[in-house]
Amino acid sequence: MIRLTVNGIEHTTDPVGPESLLTTLRDRLGLYGSKNACEQGECGSCSVFLDGELVCSCLVMAADADGSEVVTVEGIAGGDGLHRVQQAMIEGSGVQCGFCTPGIVVAAAHLFETGAPVTADDIREALAGNICRCTGYGAIVRALAALSGERP
Amino acid sequence: MLVPKRLVASPNLPPRMNTHLPRDLEEALSALEAEPQATILAGGTDLMVSVNYQGMRPSAVVGIRRVAELLEWDGRFIGAGVTYTRMEHGPIPALAQSARTVGSPQIRNAGTLGGNLGTASPAGDALPVLAALDAEIVLRSKSGERTLPWDAFITGPKRNALEPGEIILGARLPERIPPGQAFAKIGIRNAMVIAIASCCMFRDDDGRTSLALGSVGPTPIRPRRAEEMISAERTPSPAALDEFQRLVSAEVSPISDHRSTEAYRRHASGVLARRLLERVIN
Repeated sequence: MIRLTVNGIEHTTDPVGPESLLTTLRDRLGLYGSKNACEQGECGSCSVFLDGELVCSCLVMAADADGSEVVTVEGIAGGDGLHRVQQAMIEGSGVQCGFCTPGIVVAAAHLFETGAPVTADDIREALAGNICRCTGYGAIVRALAALSGERP
Repeated sequence: MLVPKRLVASPNLPPRMNTHLPRDLEEALSALEAEPQATILAGGTDLMVSVNYQGMRPSAVVGIRRVAELLEWDGRFIGAGVTYTRMEHGPIPALAQSARTVGSPQIRNAGTLGGNLGTASPAGDALPVLAALDAEIVLRSKSGERTLPWDAFITGPKRNALEPGEIILGARLPERIPPGQAFAKIGIRNAMVIAIASCCMFRDDDGRTSLALGSVGPTPIRPRRAEEMISAERTPSPAALDEFQRLVSAEVSPISDHRSTEAYRRHASGVLARRLLERVIN
């Protein structure tokens, strides 16, 4: 059994052998926001915060996350409203099919969390590990750049 | 196409997996002594791919990301648990450059120097930096500490000299690190690529030059003849640069695989080394 605090709520759960944190989040805790695609850290769809660090949850062994604090896309706003990154993605039409969006939102939330000025190049670099198969990158970067008032 | 293997409770799974999450080195070594067959887990960026794709099912795991001693970066000693994100913002420019070429922010937050050494992939991005600096690898077990030169530690592609019960403590760099330094890597995009060829170079004020190349041999390659030749050239002429490039290309021993060909890697090695030299000189 492991203990996880996910989005502020404590859980006790029993991962099978070396299963990934992503599997635990989705299949045991019913949190389907983090998406399962490549399972090798290439696509970023499963991005979460693990003890404050942005990571791919498919590459975290759930057993090794025992006692950790996890924030998923479901908890990124910290309440009932939307995170400003989510709001920006809606307003800037940064969403096409939507599959990669949770991972993009989590990675972008990490980029914007310090409040330091962010350029379009910073956005591209911060999202280098998030693949959008609709290739909606232009719209995503434009939507997020609006947050720092920059026109890419 | 590769398809992940589903993890389900089945008779094929070991009945249970023992997990140890030590907080200090003593606890980690005790866990390894108690279960010498245990798999050491650091950032998981290699190991979890084996779990997800190759059906790796360890009977015991020692997760070392909390071990305080491995997180230390004390002057010339870099702990095995130091992540690429920390190296990226660290004081050694060539190491920072190499760390920045690794994966994505997500991967750099998880992957560690010790993981790069433990996996010992020919494409490990930090390894040419360690090789060019003649770094020593510090290993610790219950029976004591031993230190190996990098090329005695990395013994082949994905092979190293780590013994059961032993843990990689970190890498020790020389006191003096030359001011001229650079790293570059070739891949099919700027981020998220495994190197087709990589190169790290250090050049001192007196011209003394060391370099190492990755992904163009079973382990990082030090082209000794090229090093010797260019170390004697204080201000290399275009002809000397040509000769340096030719020697580097001649001394690497790449293979053809799904990422590139032997011929391209050989050519790229010389070009990369020459570009870094020009960058370091100017």
